[in-house]
Amino acid sequence: MSTQFVAQSCLAANDWICGEYVRTRSQELTDATVQHVWITVVSVLIGLAVAFPLALLARAEPRFAGPVLGLTTLLYTIPSLAMFSLLLPVFGLSAALVVTGLVLYSLTILVRNIMAGLEAVPEEARETARGMGYGAGRLLWEVELPLALPALMAGLRIATVSTIALTTVGALVGKGGLGNLIDDGVQTTFKAQVLTASVLCVLLAAVADVLLLGLQRLLTPWTRIHTAKPAPGRTVKEKVAG
Amino acid sequence: MGVVADAWTWLTTGSNWSGESGAWHRLGEHVYVSGIALALACAIALPVALWLGHLGKGGALAVNISNAGRAIPVFAVLALFMLTPLRSAGYLPTIIALVLFAVPPLLTNAYVGMREVDRAVVEAARGMGMSGGQLFFRVELPLAYPLLMTGLRSAAVQVVATATIASMVGQGGLGRIITAGFNTYNTPQVVAGALLAALLALLVEGALVAADRLLSPLRKTV
Repeated sequence: MSTQFVAQSCLAANDWICGEYVRTRSQELTDATVQHVWITVVSVLIGLAVAFPLALLARAEPRFAGPVLGLTTLLYTIPSLAMFSLLLPVFGLSAALVVTGLVLYSLTILVRNIMAGLEAVPEEARETARGMGYGAGRLLWEVELPLALPALMAGLRIATVSTIALTTVGALVGKGGLGNLIDDGVQTTFKAQVLTASVLCVLLAAVADVLLLGLQRLLTPWTRIHTAKPAPGRTVKEKVAG
Repeated sequence: MGVVADAWTWLTTGSNWSGESGAWHRLGEHVYVSGIALALACAIALPVALWLGHLGKGGALAVNISNAGRAIPVFAVLALFMLTPLRSAGYLPTIIALVLFAVPPLLTNAYVGMREVDRAVVEAARGMGMSGGQLFFRVELPLAYPLLMTGLRSAAVQVVATATIASMVGQGGLGRIITAGFNTYNTPQVVAGALLAALLALLVEGALVAADRLLSPLRKTV
């Protein structure tokens, strides 16, 4: 039995796992992945750009904190399919529709985490910086932001991973990255296509999470002084054993 | 604004609410699959989470299951189910998918709620001679209640949202009004269906917030 025969038969037999599918449709898979990545990246970046001023506003003016948190939570409650559909009259069948929906979803997590991060900055650190003559802008940029980074990055990781998963729903308007392949595959009962696109989607999320974790470690070298003590993984194991 | 007016017209037209693909039937399907899935998810996740929390074991599991739940696309799971023999099992593929996505928030929040009970309180209860069961029911469970309800709320919201996505793979529920509207280029119907789905999600969230306030075991002391 030649490899050629085996490879072709997996497409014909509609197998779940099919190397021939990956080989023959590599261009399609690449295009979908590229669309998936850029929609996610643009959404998360815009989300950050919107969440940041909102979090600062909520902090500076406590009377805005309630409405800002309430509104972002309200948006998060709306089902993704409904959110995309409600944006249809505004954006039509476009990637802008998907990006806008994803931005609105990311706001809840990002605003909350930025606020939590800024709140956790020790008052002494602020006082010291003020005593050294730091203005509000420099205080935020050089003292508060770095100290808020771990919470901010935790939020960014959650938002990115969720956004990658949610992007698939964009298939509703044909702009769902790998979701388009899943949508197409389920209509034509093409098992290899659905499984490959789904696995790629989860892989994308895992890779993004690891990359952001790396970025966080790079940006916050001082936090590793603490982790030099017993690794977190070990304490969990000890707990399980005990 | 024309679309909103047209969507309103769609919603106030009686014939859109009746029949097999009418809004009442779709709403019924949505509530039915969501309710069953949420009940099943609670029955699976809560005993496990509360037991593990009581024993103080399995923290890594509780955290990892939550992370995995976020990374896996709902749409992909539903699509994969529809390519298995489950396809012809009625609402079953939707219900299983909903349960899978409702378990992580329930499990993680209930577990964290149990673990965050003040150790000093637990020690005091033990010192008073409470048995494991008494400790669990009279101390840990009431103190874990707020986070337990948070988990229930996010699970319920997740379930209602996921049930909407089920329409993208041809399953029932309010999402079908949306996808049917897309297929016939009927934007008012798309918006009307989306409004119904959003309204249902907000109602469920609101009802659970109200239930939380009414049922809280700590209410009397506050």
